[in-house]
Amino acid sequence: MLQIEVSKVVKSFKDVQAVKGISLAIARGEFVALLGPNGAGKTTLVEMMEGLQKPDSGEILIEGKRWKQHERELRRSIGISLQETRFAEKLTVHETLKLFASFFAIDDEERIGEVIALTGLEAKSKSRVGTLSGGQKQRLALAVALLNRPRTLFLDEPTTGLDPHSRLDLWNILHELKTKGETTLILTTHYMEEAETLCDRIIIIDEGQILKEGRLADLLDERSRNLDELFINLTGKKLSDDPSLISQQ
Amino acid sequence: MKRFRGQQLFELIRTFWLETIREPETLFWGIVFPVLISIGLGLAFTQKSEEKFQVLVISERPTELDSVLAIYGRAGEYKGRPAQVWRVTDKVLGNAEFNFVRSDLRSAIVSLKRGEADVMIGDTLGALRYHFDPHNSQAQLVYMKLSAMLKSPSVRTEDSSPVEPITLKGVRYIDFLIPGLIAFGLMGSMMWGVSYTIIERRSQKLLRRMVATPMRKSNYLISLMAVRTFMNIIEALILIAFAALIFGITVQGNIAALITLYMAGNLAFAGIAILISSRTHKTEVGTGLINLVQMPMMILSGIFFSYHNFPDWSIGFIRLLPLTAMADGIRSIFNEGAGWMEILSPTLALSVLGVSCFIIGMKRFKWY
Ligand SMILES: Nc1ncnc2c1ncn2[C@@H]1O[C@H](COP(=O)(O)OP(=O)(O)OP(=O)(O)O)[C@@H](O)[C@H]1O
Ligand SMILES: [Mg+2]
Repeated sequence: MLQIEVSKVVKSFKDVQAVKGISLAIARGEFVALLGPNGAGKTTLVEMMEGLQKPDSGEILIEGKRWKQHERELRRSIGISLQETRFAEKLTVHETLKLFASFFAIDDEERIGEVIALTGLEAKSKSRVGTLSGGQKQRLALAVALLNRPRTLFLDEPTTGLDPHSRLDLWNILHELKTKGETTLILTTHYMEEAETLCDRIIIIDEGQILKEGRLADLLDERSRNLDELFINLTGKKLSDDPSLISQQ
Repeated sequence: MKRFRGQQLFELIRTFWLETIREPETLFWGIVFPVLISIGLGLAFTQKSEEKFQVLVISERPTELDSVLAIYGRAGEYKGRPAQVWRVTDKVLGNAEFNFVRSDLRSAIVSLKRGEADVMIGDTLGALRYHFDPHNSQAQLVYMKLSAMLKSPSVRTEDSSPVEPITLKGVRYIDFLIPGLIAFGLMGSMMWGVSYTIIERRSQKLLRRMVATPMRKSNYLISLMAVRTFMNIIEALILIAFAALIFGITVQGNIAALITLYMAGNLAFAGIAILISSRTHKTEVGTGLINLVQMPMMILSGIFFSYHNFPDWSIGFIRLLPLTAMADGIRSIFNEGAGWMEILSPTLALSVLGVSCFIIGMKRFKWY
C-alpha cells in the first residue's frame, strides 16, 4: 500500500512556478530524500504534502486520504519539522512538549521524557526555548515531530545548523525508526551523505521538477561516480559547500 | 474524546498564563501604570488647595485696579517676575491667588499663547478693558471673579454665600475617573494582549506550527481570550482596591451586575481584538489597526472627561461606542447605585458585538 501519492502537482507564487507538475509515490515504511539546490521547490512540495499549502492543481493522497476531507485525522498521524520553526520563547522545553502532547491527546509524561532523551535535551528540559542554541531548537523541533509516534514523518532540512556530532545523533534516531519499520520518512537535505546513509530512495529536484530518482546504486554510472558528481552533472550546481562534510567523508 | 478536548484547552490556558506572567512588561502596563495614572490624575483634580491665576497688566495709565491693589495687594513674585499678589480666602470655593504682572503688549501676547496667563488687562482712557478669548472658560472665570472683586473688594463671599458645597459620594473627579480607567484598561489590555500577540505570532510563524497539529483552532483563541480576561480581572481588582484605600471609593450599586457587565466588556473587546488581528502578518499594520480602534474611543468615550462637552449631535453616536457603553455602565454602578435594569441593554449589546466579531474573525482568520 502506498503511504503517499503525489500526482501532477503544480504550485505557483506571484512570479515563480515553484513546483511544475511533480508526481511521486512513496511506499509504507520507505525513507525518501528530496535533494536539490536552494529554491528548487523542496519546501513547497513537502508543505503541500503536509497540508500546509494548497496545490494549484494536481492531487495529494496520504494513506489514501485527501487533506480536504480528512485534515483532522491526517494531522494526528503525521509528524512535522518545518524548515523554519519557532516555538514560544517564554516556555521551557518541557512545557512546550507538554503543550504539543496535549494536542495529540498524549497524556503521559513518559512519552515526553522519551522524546527528550531521544533528542538529547535532558539537560535543557527546564530551560526556556528562547535561551536554546540554534541546534538545540532544531532538536526540539524534532522532539515535537516525534511526539505522536507518527506513521509519516516530514523533516525539512533537520540537520542544517547541527554540529557533526548532533547530526550523527539524529541519523541514529532515524536509523532506529527505520529498523522498526513503522514510519515513512520524507526528508529534504543538502547533504549527500545524509541521503546516502539514511534513505532507500533519492529524488533529485531542481526548478520545480524531478530530474532523477531511484536507489543510489541505480543513479550512479561511470560519468557520475558519487552523488556530488551526479548532482553537478544534472544541475550544473554544487549541492553543498559545508566543509564539515568534506572532512567527514 | 471529551477528556482530550479538555486537556488541550487546559494546557493552552496554562501555557498562555505562564507566558503572560513571564513578561515583566505586562505587569507594568497592566497593573502599575493604571494605578500611577489614577494617583496622578486623582491628586491633580481632587486636592485643589489653592488656585493661582496670572493676570497681565498692560495699561499705561493708572486705573481703578491700581487703587484697589494699593489696599489689598502686596508686592511679591510670580514665576520669577515681580508681581502684585491679591489673595482671596474662601472656605466654600477654595482660596484663590491673583498675580498681577506688569508687561508690555508684545510679551503679554507671547504669555497668552503659551498658556501661562489667560487674561490681559488694559485701559481705554483710564477705564479697565479685559482682553481674553471668550471660548476659554478659565479666562471667563478669571474675568468674572475679578470684575466682581473690583466692584466690592471687601465682601467675603463665604459669609453670605448662597453656595452649598456637595460632598456626596460619587461626584468627585476621581469617582468619575476610576470606572473609566477600569474600562479603558480592559480595552488596552485586550487590544495589545490579544491582537498584537496574535499578529506577532503569525509573523513569527508560530501559529503555523500550532495548526500543523490536531489542535482545535477555536481552543487556541478561546484560551488566549480567557487568560487575558483573567488578567483583566486581577488588574481591575487591584485598581479598585487601591482606589478604595486612597480615595475611599466604594461600589454603590449591584456588584453582581458590575461583574456581569465587566465580563460582557471582556467579551466585546476580545471579539474586536480577534477580528482586527484576523488577517495581517505585519505588526506595523497591527499597531495601526489597534490605534484606529482605540484612539477615537479613548477621546470620545468620556474616560478622562465627560463626553457631554462634545456637540449634541455627536452624543448619540458616542453612546454607541462599546467603550462608552462600558464606562457609562460601570460608572452608573459605582456612583449612581445602578443595578441589573440599568446594565441590561449595554451588557446584551456588548455580548452580541463580541460574539459576532469573534465569529467573523474566526471565519476570516489566517493561521499563516
Ligand atoms: N510564500 C512564497 N511566496 C513567493 N515565493 C515563494 C514562496 N515560497 C517559496 N517561494 C519560491 O518558490 C521557490 C521554491 O522555494 P522552496 O522554499 O520550495 O525551495 P527549497 O527547495 O526548499 O529551497 P531551500 O533549499 O533554500 O530551502 C523559490 O523560488 C521561492 O522563492
Ligand atoms: Mg526549503
